[in-house]
Amino acid sequence: MSRAWQPSATIDALRQRAGIVNQIRQFFAERGVLEVDTPALSHAAVSDPFLHPFATDFVPEGGGQAATLYLHTSPEYPMKRLLAAGSGPIWQLCKVFRNGEVGRRHNPEFSMLEWYRPGFDHHQLMDEVDALVCAVLESAPARRITYADAFAEHTGLDVHACSDMDLQRLAASRCGFAGQLSRDGYLNLLFAECVEPALQAPTMVYAFPASQAALAQIVEGDDRVPAAARFELFVQGMELANGYFELTDADEQLRRFEADQQQREALGVTALPIDLPLVAALHAGLPSCAGVALGVDRLVMLALGASTIAEVIAFDAGRA
Amino acid sequence: MANYSTNEFKPGLKVMLDGDPCSILENEYVKPGKGQAFNRVKVRNLKTGRVNERTFKSGDSLEGADVMDREMEYLYTDGEFWHFMATDGSFEQYGADEKAVGDCMNWMKEQVVYTVTLFNGAPIAVTPPNFVELEVVETDPGVRGDTSGGGNKPAKLVTGAVVKVPLFINTGDVLKVDTRSSEYVGRA
Repeated sequence: MSRAWQPSATIDALRQRAGIVNQIRQFFAERGVLEVDTPALSHAAVSDPFLHPFATDFVPEGGGQAATLYLHTSPEYPMKRLLAAGSGPIWQLCKVFRNGEVGRRHNPEFSMLEWYRPGFDHHQLMDEVDALVCAVLESAPARRITYADAFAEHTGLDVHACSDMDLQRLAASRCGFAGQLSRDGYLNLLFAECVEPALQAPTMVYAFPASQAALAQIVEGDDRVPAAARFELFVQGMELANGYFELTDADEQLRRFEADQQQREALGVTALPIDLPLVAALHAGLPSCAGVALGVDRLVMLALGASTIAEVIAFDAGRA
Repeated sequence: MANYSTNEFKPGLKVMLDGDPCSILENEYVKPGKGQAFNRVKVRNLKTGRVNERTFKSGDSLEGADVMDREMEYLYTDGEFWHFMATDGSFEQYGADEKAVGDCMNWMKEQVVYTVTLFNGAPIAVTPPNFVELEVVETDPGVRGDTSGGGNKPAKLVTGAVVKVPLFINTGDVLKVDTRSSEYVGRA
């Protein structure tokens, strides 16, 4: 009975949050982007090796075969199926669920804004993300920098030329890290610990290493090295959005799903069913498009100057 | 000792790191949208007092450290060890070496109660109370009537510590000193 019943956010913060949500809705209405609502529970799950979906069981009333369903970690797969079905530009604001994630900037369920723009590439989508974020935060337009330049600026290492040993040494000296990681593991660690905190003014980082493409196309970068057509927006040292010039090749999509499965296996995490309807939708034809996911709770944190996610959501995980 | 995983790292937890007992000060979960989760951990080495930042993969674990803080009265020193007696009624005595006493050397006074940190049963650190009262053994003669506090001079205390004091303080005065900031608080 002693458990606190009060919300983790003030009513005033929730009022301001509602204002921002209205602003987002207005932004897309003015641009003729259709609001959609896709399932939170699905038979397959996002295959990203470092995302852990909540799983639950659908049990038919009166008996029959039970089925495992996953709470989505992002709505990207069904939204792409809508695009393949001819929806045109679409957006969605929804709760997504990520098992195990809790901290100052993480809550196991959080609000994600995701939208897709047929006919856009990632640079055009960066413009649109910037327009929305500048409007909400009343900030200056974001600086744009390639991953390699940002990495060199804050670590002194050339991401294309440095050895795994260089990365390991820097992880030890700058982060006091003594464990073993893959090359991408070291890059992620150093980016999170040395680069991200330095990106205080709004910054779009683009042209990620091809090995970190996720569902982005791989294109030739400014420096003629193949790079992922992926971008991330950082504000006040915090990751706010992640976008792609979307992969549309069904066979390549299937290969990446299988690679994710293998990596999940190597990491000792549960394998997940591959989302075959997405592969089928790509086969049928996904229009060339760019898409982005933006953490709405973090956007509200920035707008309100809050230092924890708990301050901008009605009830954080501990009170839920 | 038990092992503790990164999600059990709470401020105050004592763990072994690089062979030394450490106390966790802060633990922040860091996870890029894509990629491995980490924990950025701030620790104090209980032997050296030094604070370090270390990063761990989420899910890594560290062995717990057998560390205990006990209240003990300072008895005397034989030049090599500083002897303490537990105030919990057990009358157990412990000798702390110079390294364990460390900066607390400036604030040692017989019959005062200190916090002695034991690691595997041996003293590794001594923490003074926030305030101690110590006698001035050397300072410039006091300026009579100057109680304004506008100006100060160094005064050497019986322990050898030097603190800044107001001009009216004389040799032989007993002062109350804040051990956290090494600042003069008042005459005892």
